[in-house]
Amino acid sequence: MYLVSLPADLSADDAPFRDAARRALSLNLAPEKVSFSANGEASLLGPLPDAKAAPLTVPPGFVELMELAILHRAAERYDLLYQMLWRLKHGEAGLLARASDPCVARLQGYAKAVRRDIHKTHAFVRFSEVQDNMGTLHLAFFEPKHFTLRRSAPFFRDRFAGLRWRIETPVGTVNWDRETLSFGAAVSAPSEPTRANGASGELWQTYYRTTFNPARLRIDAMTAEMPKHYWRNLPEAAQIQKMIREAGSRERTMLDSAPSPAPRFAERIAERRAFAEETQAPLASLEAIKQSAGACTRCPLHAGATQAVFGEGPKDAALMLVGEQPGDQEDLAGRPFVGPAGQLLDQALKDAGIARSEAYVTNAVKHFKYEPRGKRRIHKKPNAGEVSACRWWLDAEIAEVRPQLIVALGATAGLSLFGRQVSVMKERGQIFESAQGRVLLTVHPSYLLRLPPEERAREYGRFVADLAIAARVLSGPVEVAA
Amino acid sequence: MALSVLQKLEILADAAKYDASCASSGGAKRNARGGGIGSVTGAGICHAYTPDGRCVSLLKILLTNFCIYDCSYCVSRRSSDVARARFTVDEVVGLTLDLYRQNCIEGLFLSSGIARSADETMEDLTRVARTLRDAHGFRGYIHLKTIPGADEALIAQAGRYADRLSMNVELPTEPSLTRLAPEKSACEIRVGMASTRMRIDEAKDDRVAYARGRGRAKPPRFAPAGQSTQMIVGADNTSDADILTASSSLYASYRLKRVYYSAFSPTGHAAAALPSRPVPLLREHRLYQSDWLLRFYGFGVDELRGSMPDGMLDLAIDPKLAWALQNRDRFPVDLNRASKEELLRVPGLGTKAVQRIVASRRSGRLRLDDVARLTASIKRARPFLTALDWHPGASLDHAFLRDRLAPQPVQLPLL
Repeated sequence: MYLVSLPADLSADDAPFRDAARRALSLNLAPEKVSFSANGEASLLGPLPDAKAAPLTVPPGFVELMELAILHRAAERYDLLYQMLWRLKHGEAGLLARASDPCVARLQGYAKAVRRDIHKTHAFVRFSEVQDNMGTLHLAFFEPKHFTLRRSAPFFRDRFAGLRWRIETPVGTVNWDRETLSFGAAVSAPSEPTRANGASGELWQTYYRTTFNPARLRIDAMTAEMPKHYWRNLPEAAQIQKMIREAGSRERTMLDSAPSPAPRFAERIAERRAFAEETQAPLASLEAIKQSAGACTRCPLHAGATQAVFGEGPKDAALMLVGEQPGDQEDLAGRPFVGPAGQLLDQALKDAGIARSEAYVTNAVKHFKYEPRGKRRIHKKPNAGEVSACRWWLDAEIAEVRPQLIVALGATAGLSLFGRQVSVMKERGQIFESAQGRVLLTVHPSYLLRLPPEERAREYGRFVADLAIAARVLSGPVEVAA
Repeated sequence: MALSVLQKLEILADAAKYDASCASSGGAKRNARGGGIGSVTGAGICHAYTPDGRCVSLLKILLTNFCIYDCSYCVSRRSSDVARARFTVDEVVGLTLDLYRQNCIEGLFLSSGIARSADETMEDLTRVARTLRDAHGFRGYIHLKTIPGADEALIAQAGRYADRLSMNVELPTEPSLTRLAPEKSACEIRVGMASTRMRIDEAKDDRVAYARGRGRAKPPRFAPAGQSTQMIVGADNTSDADILTASSSLYASYRLKRVYYSAFSPTGHAAAALPSRPVPLLREHRLYQSDWLLRFYGFGVDELRGSMPDGMLDLAIDPKLAWALQNRDRFPVDLNRASKEELLRVPGLGTKAVQRIVASRRSGRLRLDDVARLTASIKRARPFLTALDWHPGASLDHAFLRDRLAPQPVQLPLL
């Protein structure tokens, strides 16, 4: 049995541990045969014999784990690290992934505690401004739980690169002079200036006190994240006792306070706002219908949608295109046919010789129906009730625009315009005389988007052919189906 | 008499404290090594905790608490008798930089009452962010509130300077909003969130295109830490089930980073339309737990609804345990064979524990003790799983399982 005596703080350089571990491994010493100790305590055990340290390869995750765990104060960390190295070398290459192993679990626990200590250092260091012969120095005193100072320092360098600052701790001092980080001797207690200014000043104390809501006292939640260990060096912590003590009575006062009379200006503002609303100019008819549709609650779809997507286009358009309902993009933008199906429609119209800007484009249903799935919305077909509830708005649009021809894109538009289930594939390409005027039925462009590429080209051709019928109707007389 | 900056801070931090969000996570990584001051590491930092258990990460203040609106849940509504104040741009900038240099904050969370108009307020908020960034080289975190109804171009500006934008839906349903905030429009709020989402998507697409070598100038970022929202819980009578349904639709529609739930609590400036008692904080906590189940544990909102017979979450036990007790036929789950998705549904096992179980079992089958080292809640998990040396036996079917697993009431810790 041998003893390896190491310094407690290896944060500046962990080579002593690495060397000893490599030597012990090349001597083929099982973990029971060697003991690592921090602080070089006296012992009857002999030191490790000289041996050439053979190079050693370890899985990448191990180095990271070692570098963190070694900063922990636990006496057994060196022994556990050696145990793990031994097992990695002797047939347990996958050990690192086995978090359920007692040795791995402990080391990962130490690494976690060290990471947390670094994080808390970033969070809880408080700088005061002191003047020295070089100007303003941002000075802090802090007590980390482990040997983490060097690991914590780059964060402050990156954040406050343009300031001079120094953090003094019982495990050393770190100093930044705007160019280099340097490390110095330990400081056991805060010097006077760190107590005087900066975070202990009124600004921070006032903010900390004010942002607290006394009606929500949860002391355990506070101490879980801000353990008392750190309180000594947190100037705001001095207020905690008082804040807690007074919380109960402050809450009671708030609960018991009766509704208070409104200040005088409240009524004046209310009057001014009411007047502004009354004096708004009346809207042109289609605009007025659009505005009412925006507030529609005739069916439940409005609750989940962003907004009603009303039709758009010239209000005397000869051609009206009616789709099913807005999709994700249309719902966000508040305009019909701006998503992928809309782009396909634009292309098809162009190929059929129709300018979209001359058509009035709308949908049978004005609100987007979908099912939320994570961060996406999955399109759902509107049911007959929703279609019929929304008929009101489509009828109003048709009555205003009075198009010569309506193109119904897909089954839902067909259902809305004919008041019956249509068979798109059988009835497409024909012109029907309906209560709404002449209607041509064809597929919805999103149907094309769902087809495999080889079928899509063919179906796209048929779609354009249907639209071309519309173009012919508008330029001359055409036979109407029964 | 003119108010001092400290007096204004007391008024305007008090008015802002009811907003639950104070996160500083996300954001584009950057630091001050090339000049300026401040950094964002991606992970948020809570610089302090107040005795309400809330994290203090950002300087959370209003620019002004003068407001023309009269939303009954809000302490700053025009009919409230609170003291009023208004910061200048320079005062906010100075406060932010002072506290930042002392390492008390990660940055600024700036909101505002609507003193005159949505546009003017949005412009003022953006001016603060722009001054911090351009005049002072501030690289810390900025969260700006966007104001419903503000001009699109102003919101586009705000997203250039802010890490995160948020617009509050305020209440879970439109009828509640209409009742408690009759001058606000639910549609206007949703349109605002939609427009922020479109801009975030657009900026991301542009940057992807740029990374692939298209376009010469690097496109500017737009709110790299995304957008969030908040709703007040318990000011109206919406059930937990309906709240969660509303949230899942908000997450899907606007790709929100977070929906914050804020249990209604008295402000000392009561409005007649509101309940006079506060909502138990535990309800808020259960909603957050359920929100997590929806986002990270593969639960659907309808599944959760199924374990809330009266539409309300069980306050005594966590929602995953409540669901498992209602669905005992799906248990026990075999720790050594079950899929990740099945493991995520075991009460007491978090996402990290599940990852570790899946990784650990590759090198040998697991015993109960092994799992006990991977989770802090083995007692809660035990009845729902089998391991190499463990089977819950009939205990899974016991009627009193719920009582046994429900945490015992404890006296509040004294300090």
